[in-house]
Amino acid sequence: MNRYPLWKHILLITVIVVGCIYALPNLYGEDPALQISGVRQAEVDDTVSATVARVLGDAGIGIKLLERGEGKIMVRFEDTETQLKAADYVKAALGTDYVVAFNLAPATPAWLTSFNALPMYLGLDLRGGVHFLMEVDMQAAGKQAIERYTTEIRTLLREEKIRYALLRAEQAGVRVVFRSEEDRARAESLLRKNFPTLVTESAETTGKPEFTTRPSEQETRETQQFALQQNILTLRNRVNELGVAEPVIQQQGASRIVVQLPGVQDPGQAKRILGATATLEYRAVDIEHDLERAIAGKVPAGSRLYRERKGGHVLLKKSVIATGDQIVNARSGFDSMSGSPMVSVTLDAKGARSMLRFTKENVGKPMAVVFIENRSETKIVDGEPVKRPVKVEEVVSVATIRDVFSSRFQTTGLDSSREAQELALILRSGALAAPIEIVEERTVGPSLGKDNIRQGFNSVMIGFCVVLVFMALYYRVFGLVADLALTLNLVLIVAILSMLQATLTLPGIAGIVLTVGMAVDANVLIFERIREELRNGNSPQASIHAGYEKALSTIADANITTLIAAIVLLSFGTGPVKGFAVTLSIGILTSMFTAIFGTRAVINLVYGGRRRVAQLMI
Amino acid sequence: MRLSKGKLAIDFMGMRYIALVLSSILVIASIASLATRGLNFGIDFTGGTLVEVGYPQAVDLANVRSALADARYEQVQVQHFGASSEVLIRIPPRAGKESAQISEDVLAALAKQEAAVDMRRVEFVGPQVGEELTEQGGLAMIYALIGILIYIVVRFQWRFAPGAVIALVHDVTITMGFFSLFQFDFNLTVLAALLAVIGYSLNDTIVVFDRIRENFRKVRKSSPIDIMNMSINQTISRTLMTSVTTLLVLTSLFVFGGEVIHAFSLALIVGVVIGTYSSIFVASTTALALGVSKSDLMPVVRSGDNETDRAGP
Repeated sequence: MNRYPLWKHILLITVIVVGCIYALPNLYGEDPALQISGVRQAEVDDTVSATVARVLGDAGIGIKLLERGEGKIMVRFEDTETQLKAADYVKAALGTDYVVAFNLAPATPAWLTSFNALPMYLGLDLRGGVHFLMEVDMQAAGKQAIERYTTEIRTLLREEKIRYALLRAEQAGVRVVFRSEEDRARAESLLRKNFPTLVTESAETTGKPEFTTRPSEQETRETQQFALQQNILTLRNRVNELGVAEPVIQQQGASRIVVQLPGVQDPGQAKRILGATATLEYRAVDIEHDLERAIAGKVPAGSRLYRERKGGHVLLKKSVIATGDQIVNARSGFDSMSGSPMVSVTLDAKGARSMLRFTKENVGKPMAVVFIENRSETKIVDGEPVKRPVKVEEVVSVATIRDVFSSRFQTTGLDSSREAQELALILRSGALAAPIEIVEERTVGPSLGKDNIRQGFNSVMIGFCVVLVFMALYYRVFGLVADLALTLNLVLIVAILSMLQATLTLPGIAGIVLTVGMAVDANVLIFERIREELRNGNSPQASIHAGYEKALSTIADANITTLIAAIVLLSFGTGPVKGFAVTLSIGILTSMFTAIFGTRAVINLVYGGRRRVAQLMI
Repeated sequence: MRLSKGKLAIDFMGMRYIALVLSSILVIASIASLATRGLNFGIDFTGGTLVEVGYPQAVDLANVRSALADARYEQVQVQHFGASSEVLIRIPPRAGKESAQISEDVLAALAKQEAAVDMRRVEFVGPQVGEELTEQGGLAMIYALIGILIYIVVRFQWRFAPGAVIALVHDVTITMGFFSLFQFDFNLTVLAALLAVIGYSLNDTIVVFDRIRENFRKVRKSSPIDIMNMSINQTISRTLMTSVTTLLVLTSLFVFGGEVIHAFSLALIVGVVIGTYSSIFVASTTALALGVSKSDLMPVVRSGDNETDRAGP
């Protein structure tokens, strides 16, 4: 009766073989590598890989392997030192159209990758890197929408020659005060026709006819959703520009974005670039009016007073020549005349036309570049933190137009070459649709990541060995069988984590350690039951049978309740907790298989074939 | 090798009043400590910034503090972390300061004093996220308890459910009390450990309950107290064995797993010890107090089942 049919043995052997194959890639480690991908239209083709091979060959840097993947090239090196040296050469040779990112490529042999067997994906706490949770300022997104409508409504009313006493953006919407009831009625019907999504409410607060109009709730929701999507897109562009291999950028909840950047060495730079809302605007300088009088408070209509970055003020025309979203490309460099840092900018067709028209008519006159940044500032009001969007506008340079130009030109007046580089990057990647704020950050430096891997691995191995010895001493032959099951359990956990490409974190390792301790529980239950049956005077064969039979429902009950706790953890799941829950749940499931099915198969092989067993080594 | 030769016959139920006193003292002490000292919540729950740095050699905390004070960070907690060359700095949430910028400032201030300082870890949690995590953590605990309660009611009998849940609340309260008394850092991983303790302690309790149910059905003419005693005696070696193996690996995690995982493994060690005790003394005692009897556990359809059960294969 203690024999397994053939199919059960085949099943067990299949599980062992598959488990080993998928767990194996984790033994090979990783090669330091450079990942090269194109930015925008730049294709990664044979010429690029030839260039890389030639440049590195000329520099005498040994390449371990050069592979072409989907839209990228992976160059592997023997050690990190060569990798660092190679990066400089490759970057210099390829220029800014390509991103060269540091990466660790799994050194899995080809026969394993042909089974799609890959090593576990290590979490940020093990490989080092940055995790940001960013909150998109939805209030600011709403405010921007109202400001946009204000401009559009102003233009519309002017075109239709409807006179108004006041028109401005307010918290509740666009407020327009008219001189007559008739004007208001005309304006309302115009709005209904041109902006059907606006909700308009009339009022008479000042005695004059007026109304306030705002986007409908559905439109506001759409605006916010759009702002979030747009921000994700922009962040993705910026991360690409930063040169990060395998980044994660995902929406979380209604207004948050998760950004994970493995292997980033300078979280400060990442923070500055991801959160930056900087953009440029080109405006004409008002030279017809007196600057001193404007500073004294008499700003002429159609102009606005701006602060200059280097100090002082300048009077600019309200109409814009070109804006930041018309910029299609930007590069940083140094001005050939003065040697100061600059950004060279390329405008799209619309911006180029407008620039051409303006420069044609204004040669010899000055033009100003305005640097604009949107920030969220938190202030404490009545003990509660209140977020407030702040717009910083500074004039970075005023230059005389010497010649007619359209789509390509330079902007100087920046503080440092770092600022020029970062501004160029931000201009290239597009603007954020709404300001974002980092609400959570978890950064792990490379040294701690290495320590975490080492310590995690040690604690698993030491805990595992101690349990092996303990079980063998306590249950003798049966203990050794349980040890086999425990080993298989460890292999299966690693195999399943690798198959799922689940992220292994330090708490995840802790989950594996805990599972190792708890996995023997099923065997302890069975073995104690067998001992009990033996004490009750049953034959060895009958005891084995009864032991497994009777312990089964107990094992199931006990494991299901632990699984409930693990699943709650999983659904609660923010980063560190989730990793623990994943390995714990997997461990519970695999341990039931190995401890019940696996040990029974071996015990049956050892004892099941014999007619008479005098004594069980338990 | 085995814990005892032959059958054990320890009168666990006879000790239930001693256990009641002991548990009451521990629970009351824990609640008192939680009420007066509170938990030393980590930044996961309070919000704030945590910076861990490594120095090439042992470093004096006073120097680190003065470097931070120069950068106008006075209200910070500075301590050694694991080794005398590693330092953990905790900065409370600060008003009016671009919060993610704080870690940058701190690192810059430290680098000014000692250029070779190595950034090992930065954690920043905004106040709002901290509040959410606290709320979600509490909810997770409640959901886990409810889920388990439902499972036990369905699988066993309602009288067992309060026993199991009281045992769990007992374990969690005492573990939290321990963290409160010694003011150990209570962070997100400790919360995960508490949920694992719930799972573990329940595991133990279920094994005992399972045997109680079996014995109620199998053994005739025995008082509930005798049946409980018998069941606990039959399962005690398994309960201790599993606890020992689990504690072995947890000790390995505590000793070799590094400083980051310390609080987590400590919570589990305390929880497993308490959980083992409670599954022996607390869970079945409660079921007994609620008046579990033979008739509650009899299979409804065929009452002859217990006979065949007894005969064995």
